[in-house]
Amino acid sequence: MDILANLALGFSTALSFSNLLYCFVGVVLGTLIGVLPGLGPVATIAMLLPITFSFEPVTALIMLAGIFYGAQYGGSTTAILVNLPGEASSVITALDGYAMARKGQAGKALATAAIGSFIAGTIATFLIALFAPPLAAMALKFGPAEYFSLLVMGLIVSIVLAHGSLLHAIGMILFGLLLGIIGTDVNSGAERFTFGAPWLADGIGFVVLAMGMYGIGEIVSNLEKKEAREVMLKHVSGLRLSWAEFKSILPAILRGTGIGSFLGILPGGGAVLSSFASYAVEKKLSKNPIPFGEGAIEGVAGPESANNAGAQTSFIPMLTLGIPSNPTMAIMIGAMMIHSIQPGPAVLVEQPALFWGLIVSMWIGNFFLIVLNLPLIGLWVKLISAPYHLMYPVILVFCAIGVLSINNSEWDVFMMAAFGLVGYLFGKLGCEPAPMLLGFILGPMMEEYMRRALLVSKGDFSVFVTRPISATMLALSAVALIVVLSPTISKKREVAFKE
Amino acid sequence: MNRLIKHPQDFYSGLMYTAVGIAALLVARDYNFGSPVRMGPGFFPTLLAGLLAAVGVASLLRSFVRDGEPIAAFAWKEIALVIGSVVLFGGLVRLAGLAIALVVLIMGSAWASPKFRFRTALLLALLTTVISVLVFVKGLGLPFPILGSWFTK
Repeated sequence: MDILANLALGFSTALSFSNLLYCFVGVVLGTLIGVLPGLGPVATIAMLLPITFSFEPVTALIMLAGIFYGAQYGGSTTAILVNLPGEASSVITALDGYAMARKGQAGKALATAAIGSFIAGTIATFLIALFAPPLAAMALKFGPAEYFSLLVMGLIVSIVLAHGSLLHAIGMILFGLLLGIIGTDVNSGAERFTFGAPWLADGIGFVVLAMGMYGIGEIVSNLEKKEAREVMLKHVSGLRLSWAEFKSILPAILRGTGIGSFLGILPGGGAVLSSFASYAVEKKLSKNPIPFGEGAIEGVAGPESANNAGAQTSFIPMLTLGIPSNPTMAIMIGAMMIHSIQPGPAVLVEQPALFWGLIVSMWIGNFFLIVLNLPLIGLWVKLISAPYHLMYPVILVFCAIGVLSINNSEWDVFMMAAFGLVGYLFGKLGCEPAPMLLGFILGPMMEEYMRRALLVSKGDFSVFVTRPISATMLALSAVALIVVLSPTISKKREVAFKE
Repeated sequence: MNRLIKHPQDFYSGLMYTAVGIAALLVARDYNFGSPVRMGPGFFPTLLAGLLAAVGVASLLRSFVRDGEPIAAFAWKEIALVIGSVVLFGGLVRLAGLAIALVVLIMGSAWASPKFRFRTALLLALLTTVISVLVFVKGLGLPFPILGSWFTK
């Protein structure tokens, strides 16, 4: 069995002392920052990314992955206890989780979220181990034309799945692609859109952009919502589920895992869409006498499992194809590049220890989460109750020092401030920053693959439609676009996202 | 309320896309366009900028047809304080040094909150600054001057 050998290699990497330690540190830090309302996983990872610069690549990625699901889980805790989802994927959890907390069942809701996440994480880890190698093997056969079409498909699908206006999503992607091009062209050495500024010659740093748009932009938006927060409880009790309760939520957990695992692979999908879809399914299937929205336990179990499964399987396209399916994965790719690893199918072949170590560490990280979160819940409650007006200046300090430490350049700080402003304006205009971030990461790759494909085909654009795999991917993107643009479906889509 | 523009969000974002697209097109004219076989540095940007401008125009046109909600009010004071203190931090960190830049950053940004109290903010600023200096400069060895060039000369 190949899988067993691979997993064994993974365990031997992930169980080394330093990797285990940093996985743990990552999960703790991620949860710590994730429970703070208004800071999602993207901002958290961007903020903590500079810390990992001096680490071995495997260790850095393991820690970042730990931060990622720590932040994800922390977001759910906040959603349940204060009805303030730290990120989009726990919006759904807040509906029934907070309702349960109001009824004094906060402990039960938290336990459900933890157990659901753990089961989903375990299954998703196996799915990655099962599907990543064949996918990577297939991707190794891809030429530049296939890669270009794959990127196009990735971007189109992410548009289709994004909420909000399609036109804006396309605009934001193009905007991001253009931003990604700023800097020195690798092929000709020409500086593009730098206006002679030396601090733009290397392009805009990914962390600078992400921290500005997600960190600073969000702080300003939070400041303007002056709503009072009400922490549901001073201490949480009843963290155990009875066997009967466990059996009653297990089907919801498994369904959520299935939905999340599938949607997580799709670009633009990941955790957010998974939790929405799972909630809709559970609502249809529920036999619970308690209506959804008033504290139905399946309304927590399903979406929480789905968003964790989706978060895990979104690593599949990232690790095997080098394509980020959501902003968090875009950050992971940025992190890999900083450690001079080019994400893509070659990673699996050239660095099996890194690949399998990372995957196994995900499962270990999920295990840490369940062990850590339930006993430490009191600490998280204290953190959540910490007043925001004392919290955000400290977050700003982390952002500022983090960005400054990357290149030791104050221009990065200025650019981060500028992107904070831009991010805030985009929010007012109803433009989602996520597609822009994807475009930003994919821009240089797309240009390179397009150049190579056209070079091979001697300038013939038909290369993208005459090669079968490439043609299929473009056809699929076209179909997806047409389906969404057709009036009947677009109405249904609006309804679905509103729900 | 302007009756012509029915969807202000679409209108202004369309305006933004169009402006950025056209500006990028103009700038990219200076780069060698090349040919499809040998794409020059100007090829891809021109393509993108053209598409962006087109999306912008589409969004502008749509804003005259489709109804939408007005743009919510801007929290000018909060933006100015938060963004401004980050910029000040960037400017001061070398001249005045990390310690002073951090105090300015925290005090300035904390001021944006309606719950701002001078004393608590100052306490927070001093505490965070001391911890940051200890952790980042002494502990992690980041090369930031604790006191900047204003004081060391």
